[in-house]
Amino acid sequence: MTDAALEPVVAAKPQAPLRRVVSDFCENRLAVFGLVLVVLSIFVAVFAPLISPQNPFDIANLDLLDAKAPPGSVSGDGKITYWLGTDGQARDMMSAIFYGMRLSLFVGFVSVLAALAIGVVVGLVAAYAGGRTDAFLMRIVDIMLSFPAILVALILLSVLGKGIDKVLIALILVQWAYFARAARGAALVERNKEYVEAATCLALPPWRIVFRHMLPNCMPSLIVIATITLARAIALEATLSFLGVGVPVTQPSLGMLISNGFEFLLSGSYWISFFPGVALAIAIVGINLAGDHLRDVLNPRNLR
Amino acid sequence: MIVYIVRRLMQAALVMVVMSILVFVGIYLIGDPVLMMISPDASELEREAVRKALHLDLPMWQQYLLFVNDALHGNFGKSFLAGQPAMGLIFERFPATLELAFMSLVISLALGLPMGVYAGLRPHAPGSKAIMTGSILGFSLPNFWVGLMLIMVFAVMLPDLIPGWPRLPASGRGATVDVLGVKLSFLTLDGLRHLLLPAITLSLYKGALIVRLARATAREVLPMDYVKFARAKGLSERRIVGVHVLKNIMIPIATVSGLEFGQTVAFAVVTETVFSWPGVGKLLIDSILLLDRPVVVAYLVIIVFFFVVLNLVVDLLYSVLDPRVRLESRAT
Amino acid sequence: MVKLGRRAAFAGALAFTGVAASGPSKAQSQELKIGIKTEPSSLDPQFHTLNPNIQVAQHFFDALVLQDENLKTKPGLALSWKTLDDTTWEFKLRPDVKFHDGSDFTAEDVVFTYERIPKVPNSPGPYTIYTRAMKSFEIVDPLTLRIHTNGPAPLLPLDLAALSILSKKAMQGPAPEGKTSAELNAGNGLVGTGPFKFVEWQRGSRIVGERNDNYWGGKPVWSKVILRPLSNNTARVAALLSGDVDMIEDPPTTDLAKLKNDPKIHLDRAVSNRVIYIHLDQHGEPSVGIPDTNGKNPLLDKRVREALSIAIDRKGIDDKIMEGVAVPAGDLLPYPMGGTRKDTAVDAYDPAKAKKLLADAGYPNGFHITLGAPNGRYINDLKIAQAVASMWSRIGVKTEVDAAAPPVFFKNRDSFKYSAYLAGWGASTGELSNALKALLATPDRPKGMGTTNSGRYSNKEMDAKLEQALVTNDDAEREGLLAEASKIAIQQDHGLIPIHFELSVWAMKKGLTYQGRADQNTLAIGVKPAA
Repeated sequence: MTDAALEPVVAAKPQAPLRRVVSDFCENRLAVFGLVLVVLSIFVAVFAPLISPQNPFDIANLDLLDAKAPPGSVSGDGKITYWLGTDGQARDMMSAIFYGMRLSLFVGFVSVLAALAIGVVVGLVAAYAGGRTDAFLMRIVDIMLSFPAILVALILLSVLGKGIDKVLIALILVQWAYFARAARGAALVERNKEYVEAATCLALPPWRIVFRHMLPNCMPSLIVIATITLARAIALEATLSFLGVGVPVTQPSLGMLISNGFEFLLSGSYWISFFPGVALAIAIVGINLAGDHLRDVLNPRNLR
Repeated sequence: MIVYIVRRLMQAALVMVVMSILVFVGIYLIGDPVLMMISPDASELEREAVRKALHLDLPMWQQYLLFVNDALHGNFGKSFLAGQPAMGLIFERFPATLELAFMSLVISLALGLPMGVYAGLRPHAPGSKAIMTGSILGFSLPNFWVGLMLIMVFAVMLPDLIPGWPRLPASGRGATVDVLGVKLSFLTLDGLRHLLLPAITLSLYKGALIVRLARATAREVLPMDYVKFARAKGLSERRIVGVHVLKNIMIPIATVSGLEFGQTVAFAVVTETVFSWPGVGKLLIDSILLLDRPVVVAYLVIIVFFFVVLNLVVDLLYSVLDPRVRLESRAT
Repeated sequence: MVKLGRRAAFAGALAFTGVAASGPSKAQSQELKIGIKTEPSSLDPQFHTLNPNIQVAQHFFDALVLQDENLKTKPGLALSWKTLDDTTWEFKLRPDVKFHDGSDFTAEDVVFTYERIPKVPNSPGPYTIYTRAMKSFEIVDPLTLRIHTNGPAPLLPLDLAALSILSKKAMQGPAPEGKTSAELNAGNGLVGTGPFKFVEWQRGSRIVGERNDNYWGGKPVWSKVILRPLSNNTARVAALLSGDVDMIEDPPTTDLAKLKNDPKIHLDRAVSNRVIYIHLDQHGEPSVGIPDTNGKNPLLDKRVREALSIAIDRKGIDDKIMEGVAVPAGDLLPYPMGGTRKDTAVDAYDPAKAKKLLADAGYPNGFHITLGAPNGRYINDLKIAQAVASMWSRIGVKTEVDAAAPPVFFKNRDSFKYSAYLAGWGASTGELSNALKALLATPDRPKGMGTTNSGRYSNKEMDAKLEQALVTNDDAEREGLLAEASKIAIQQDHGLIPIHFELSVWAMKKGLTYQGRADQNTLAIGVKPAA
């Protein structure tokens, strides 16, 4: 008896054709709207240099006299219209948002995906193996959970110097433990279910049981946590950059623009904080609206 | 079970040692505490004197051994900056943070759980859609911004515009009551007034997370056979949801609540700074930036112990919530 | 259908309003609540030379010599002082002064205070920097004290201004230093002669003092003073707007316009002693942050340094970044502080001339440079650095800003990793020797010279003038020497580039005024109801 005969029963992942998924997805208008927002954000991020009136990362372009100009004003030399105004350093808000979106999305996505991958592996292995392995791995998780992001970032900065890769490492180091705990929790429930027993009886190799059978059943809660953590990761990167241990100050990410804009919130130059905030919200709302429905659609057990 | 708990506590001790070593090495790698604290007017003579007084002239391993020796006698070192025992400084401020974290956890669970379950039960109702969209706002709005907006609205604008509207405090912690030597403010009305805005700010992210988790797992659980069976048996909706569905979604909720509670206690800096809440979060950040090593070491050692205990409680909760979970799984 | 939602929601709303409506009783008597930026690290006035510590100490204690708002000396617990010879100062003390516990103030308390300073253990910033010059004490009578110094010490009175006088009687204790810092932090032994008596300190929350009715300087207006640390800038402003506090120090520059237009708020300003400057690497070649000049260091050439200075639009920075709270600088202290010149010229903004100077020096196409800056240490430090970088880039000196959190910034600065860096300096003595000694004197660690001169600027002529000034007792002569030294270092050599002096701002509810101080300190005794 091959295990292939049992696969359809044991596996939880749907083998639905792409067409069905797409048509189900499109039934929900909110989700489609979300998808549009996501595509828009990604487009902006990828094509930023082509669609921005100014390269805000090149400080020779900035003329201090244009700082804090309201939306719609024209630059001193008449070359650019600042559709969304300028910030405290005279960066064109629209260009800064496009360039910053690219940085924030990149850092957010990559760090969350990597942290998720590492965390899931550790959590599932710990839950499946149990005993000493579980204890050892979970104590490492406890240590990582207690380590503040700032300390990690400061150490990395001091030892390895500046750079966006160091920010990524810091973010990954700080986030993976959270996912490990969540994955382990979900896996502990799955671990004692009949299908796992069945698979074990079949002498399936452990890695297969864990990753092809248990993992898909743990995914729903993990995906929810991951999409929310994306927002948190972007905010965390902003905090680190704010303290000087993140991205260079003259190349602000969207998160940094928002942080920089906080002090202007009550001062009347609302656009410095408002527009970047809206841009980030658009990206995150889009991801979540689309992601919510995608998850529902991909899950075969949902009532239609 | 007792063996399990005891074993976990022993592991906690090991973990605390590892953490202390990591912090010692970490701070050493970052920079020089003396530079951060000494007056810029000071000469080399004074710098050396301070270095000697704080034992920073000794090689790292010797400093660490001194620390261990003191720790075994119950002394976790004196803050470089304040000259007072680090533990004392931390414990002075801990209750404030714990209060805040606890209050925000309560608010987020009390509001988030029912809303999330409702959204899971009636996914197509307009209320559900509103809840889900609202939850997206909950975690995409930055903490800082929310706190500030709440302050501006409830402490400044509304009381100014509407005569008679109660003015909530913009900062600080309210009157406290001494309970077993610990000062707690949520037992006084004034304390609650001060707790309200910061707790609400902190509970937004958590609440959003719980709403979405509850909905997702409720949707997972509803099509299950045992729910169908319970319906067929004629059990009331309230019992089905309140007992069967709820118990099965509690595991991820418990995990996340525990993690979030831990995170808030350990790192609620932003909210604490915005509301000038005298908790430990700010103490930690300031100490890290000033390289006040004794405070950072003491703090992180306590926090790691706290996380070990917290995760132990959550693990024990797992076995209560779901008898299928066996904590003492056989090792492979 | 689960109905728990609605009922619970209603109950919640009721609870919310109930809790919110229970306000505090009307504030009575003359209480003053001040929102301060940084909490002191200790109440022991001899533990740490940290500005917040000194500021709070001045509420409860007095020194022999006080500094007025321009940092010039005025009588405190000493009525007068003079030098008897090159190494002896004599102080006549104020009679009929009582400590908060009723005991008399005499010379014994002064000697006890100064002798305790080196005994304070574990001090991260010892006050011994102020007692360095003292050799021995001589009590001539209960109200006359002679201090013998190691060599001429013309600035001794200024040093004494930083030393709060403790009560020998109240400070008795088993430890070698009498009452320990920990005991003082709890209020034990915290007895001074100052305008307010210590009541309590709740860390992170408030420091409370009550009026000293018998204060020698006149009964203070405020019966109670509450200092609340509110470190977040925006939250501090919100606390003022909501009435949580009556006055705040250091409102963020971005809120100034709004506060100015608010009819319920009043602002007071004063030029401070803090200069924001840029130091340039003048040590040798090549310079670590300038990679593209074939191993040469352009900063060694005076013309390049001048070019970098005149490329900075100081007025633009004042307008756009500092919102008007900066005074463009051409020296290390504003006139009329000790050693400054009335006609000091501030380098005028002239990018065309800057480019020409660069070309003359052999860099027609400019070069790359990295500007180091701390993040969050000085007002708008990061923004100023970015603005400077952008201005330098426009004359061809392509600048990258390397901003770092203070611990990393200091580490890098002291290991000479920056070719140029932005920093600030506040001369606590209110006269120029303090700044020249630290920032421009040829570095000589053991002698305490050039301790913050990481650009390693060195001019022997300037050094000579400075050293002579430090041992000149005659005020006019000394200040003349300092003026000459500063002219050589800054106007002639462009040894460092001063950008501006910070203008300190205090925001308070209408009906109060504050005589702003150049050392940026906020003292309750200086807050008065508007006439």
